Amino acid sequence: MEKTYYNPDDLKKFGDVGEFQKELADKFFDYYGTVFKDSALSSKEKALIALAVAHTVQCPYCIDAYTEESLEKGYSEEQMMEAVHVATAIRGGSSLVHGVQMMNKVDKLTM
Amino acid sequence: MKSLIAQSHSLSDPKVQLDVINNHNEKVKQLDKFEDKLDEISLFPLKPTGIEIFQINVGYMCNMTCKHCHVDAGPDRKEIMSRETLEYCLSAIDHREIRTVDLTGGAPEMNPHFQWFVDEVSKLKKHIIVRSNLTILDTRKFEDLPQFMADRGVEITCSLPFYSKRRTDAQRGEGTYDKSMKVLKLLNEIGYGKKGTGLALNLVYNPVGAFLPPDQESLKKDYKKRLWEDHKILFNDLFTITNLPISRYLNFLMISGNLEEYMEKLVTSFNPSAAMGVMCRNTISIGWDGNLYDCDFNQMLNLKTNHGAPDHIQNWDLGKLNSREIVVNQHCYGCTAGAGSSCGGAVT
Repeated sequence: MEKTYYNPDDLKKFGDVGEFQKELADKFFDYYGTVFKDSALSSKEKALIALAVAHTVQCPYCIDAYTEESLEKGYSEEQMMEAVHVATAIRGGSSLVHGVQMMNKVDKLTM
Repeated sequence: MKSLIAQSHSLSDPKVQLDVINNHNEKVKQLDKFEDKLDEISLFPLKPTGIEIFQINVGYMCNMTCKHCHVDAGPDRKEIMSRETLEYCLSAIDHREIRTVDLTGGAPEMNPHFQWFVDEVSKLKKHIIVRSNLTILDTRKFEDLPQFMADRGVEITCSLPFYSKRRTDAQRGEGTYDKSMKVLKLLNEIGYGKKGTGLALNLVYNPVGAFLPPDQESLKKDYKKRLWEDHKILFNDLFTITNLPISRYLNFLMISGNLEEYMEKLVTSFNPSAAMGVMCRNTISIGWDGNLYDCDFNQMLNLKTNHGAPDHIQNWDLGKLNSREIVVNQHCYGCTAGAGSSCGGAVT
């Protein structure tokens, strides 16, 4: 067994998940490939969305993959960091907006 | 920063470079050999389609020492093409099949015979490209060159690795971006990059790091928008060029621990269509000392034209060179990855 939970080389083995369940893996990778094609959104736009989401789900594999992908799509460092801030704002906001629930409860419990 | 050769760095030796890109570790050793990859698509041995572009490296001297430079150029390099060798080049160029003369370096402007040579080539009615680093044109000694080149209809193809200061300066040195913007504005003022003038001003993007270039057309739109909005600068075309694992860029890959992954990426991104259109099929590269190479990268790896073809300008024979076998090695994957790469940008 690995001594760490995350090994960068494991990203290259992503496709191997099909060894245990091929049908579902095939469907997933086919779907994945289709999602990132140019369509109503460009593949370039999708790469930046993926970078932001990677930070939201805090997946090191995804952060590595979509940092490189974003560079190869031509994004600047500033654009990539702004995408991370969008993820951060939504994450932070999602905590803070629950403050309203806390306030509601305080209203109910206190005089 | 000194050149690798001035540092007596092991990677200044082409043999060491070839050994690294072939045998760095077990994974690199196991990568498919480029010639086998060509063989799979019936392109080996790789043959020219006919030499149209005569690319002369007029010297390795440069006013800059960029981190990615495959030439290992810099102020401490003294290799400069002599007038005698340039005269041999003129004789070879004077042939209808040679349409374009592409001058590179180092900073080609630093060759003391530059103006004389450009004049002579323009008399032969050839299309002339000068690969400029831009900053050299911001020096008093060379300040008259933009107008000189404009008067002779010279195409200027210049380095600008990104539209932002941060990334440009990271690769080419502090202050490069600001100087480049100043010179690009000056070139615009004398007509370069403007419609109807016939004065082509093209920019070259190359990745500032261990990754492949973006889509050329998409990036061109970004460059056009940013350079116009931020600086009111115009240009004609943008060429995306992949960094080949040679010289200082190879050194960067090794120091940063990216060599294995980068080589793997180049190999897995092999594109047969790009292989069909590699620049060595219609280009010949001439070194400062008159030696002949299939491309400027082979020149830096000291891989001269081979298989019975002449390997020096004094023995120039267009017929024999047009039927030569092109010398390939693992670095060639850099020209066939993704959309492909050449001195004129993507090839697919």
